[in-house]
Amino acid sequence: MRDVAVIGVGMNKWGELWEKSIRTIFVESALEALDSAGVDHIDSMFIGCMSSGLFTDQEHLASLLSDYLGMNPVGATRVESACSSGGAAFRLGYIEVAAGVSDIVLVGGVEKMTDVDGGGATFALGTAADAEYESYHGATFPGLYALIARAHMERYGTTREQLASVAVKNHANGFLNPRAQFRSKITVDQVLNSSEVADPLRLLDCSPITDGAAAVILAPVEMAKKLGQPIIKILGSGQATDTIGLSSRADLTYLKATEVAAEKAYKQAGIGPNDIDFAEVHDCFTIAEICVTEALGFFEKGQAAKAAEAGVTARDGSKPINPSGGLKSKGHPVGATGVAQIVEIVEQLRGESGDRQIKNARRALAQNMGGTGGSTLVHILEVIS
Amino acid sequence: MNTSARYWREIPQRYRLEAGKCRKCGKILYPPRLVCPDCKGRDFETVILPDEGKVVSYTIIAVGPTGFTDETPYALGIIELPNGVRLMSQIVDVDLDKLSVGMPVRLEFRRLQEAGKSGILQYGHKCVPA
Ligand SMILES: [Zn+2]
Repeated sequence: MRDVAVIGVGMNKWGELWEKSIRTIFVESALEALDSAGVDHIDSMFIGCMSSGLFTDQEHLASLLSDYLGMNPVGATRVESACSSGGAAFRLGYIEVAAGVSDIVLVGGVEKMTDVDGGGATFALGTAADAEYESYHGATFPGLYALIARAHMERYGTTREQLASVAVKNHANGFLNPRAQFRSKITVDQVLNSSEVADPLRLLDCSPITDGAAAVILAPVEMAKKLGQPIIKILGSGQATDTIGLSSRADLTYLKATEVAAEKAYKQAGIGPNDIDFAEVHDCFTIAEICVTEALGFFEKGQAAKAAEAGVTARDGSKPINPSGGLKSKGHPVGATGVAQIVEIVEQLRGESGDRQIKNARRALAQNMGGTGGSTLVHILEVIS
Repeated sequence: MNTSARYWREIPQRYRLEAGKCRKCGKILYPPRLVCPDCKGRDFETVILPDEGKVVSYTIIAVGPTGFTDETPYALGIIELPNGVRLMSQIVDVDLDKLSVGMPVRLEFRRLQEAGKSGILQYGHKCVPA
């Protein structure tokens, strides 16, 4: 296997982009990634997208996007793994370059979620749950994570205030991110008094509906060395699955796929959780960031919520989590999220993150998951000089 | 619009709570499957699930999906049966403030939606306090 580097990144401003189509928001980010890498051709591309069919009536997406990017006839593949589609696309792009099949690969992620109304979006997202045995009974995604939250609160004494502190911290980070959907600081009281969605979760515990895209360019490290910029090398990649039905899990608070994917990535990288300087993780709901940071080995089981409340995961804490603002503040265009995590990590490791720069960061981890954790991708990146 | 086949093929497990018991390791799977995830066994006998259990976790859904918006707020829970099987179910005929983890419930046959995507009445289990 060849060592692989990320040589370019691109991401447009996220939000409710009424005036832009799915192809336009993808091409904007992809062009930025190509330009930042300084390349004018690619050998192939992988696109993470959860549900262009339900959100925009458009399937056969990869060919459409390669056409509008002016890249036909390169090979293009769309990858679907619910909200971890972007992470899954990144892994396939990495493997293709590592294997020597392609030299320069574009990995993109995109979702256009505001072309349907709220009920339509809730329905489309709900298809990541078990259609016949969860959605059939009226389950929603906030509802499923609420079941996880209640179980965590019962088992470990996690409090509503501790959960809210995750949203407060991520909004404080997103406030400093020019591409974030919600650049607003919030308080614990605002979270606790926001409208009810699925008890015990409230509106400000939830990531929003977002239009957005992100793209990265991958190349062998040997080729990256000629480009004259800091080399961001992929140290490890892990992928794992779990039941998509929550009721089939013995412990609702334990994200097994995240733990297994992380173990694989740590093993390949030859490091452990203590060697990670910061992480971008899948905080689709406040409770998700808690369960994820426990499964990644950053905190003991049951301790992550206390750590979040104590400021350990803040930008200036000992284990910064989601310096980008996370899904919560930056937005969550589901197929793009996993790729945008890589964009944030690359910029942070290059020292290009401006006001929200993490000091002296050399190694970072991205964790991206689908549904309630039925699929998970973990990637570890390092800056080498 | 979905065809009705998608609905009626699930009737044995939804109406009669039929589950599959692995003949190799004894694990009971609901809904039934062709392969046991624990031992990879492929030989099952049909068993009927008990109709009493307890709440493992619950939520009160205030924002419902298409098809359930008129029913909010409603309670949704994960129920564990005495044989270890867990399933998802709405919890009804209960004061929403009185819900608790561990509370005993009984599964009843109820209507779930007026007309789902097949345009037909949809039935299945809901839970009531036992
Ligand atoms: Zn078995």
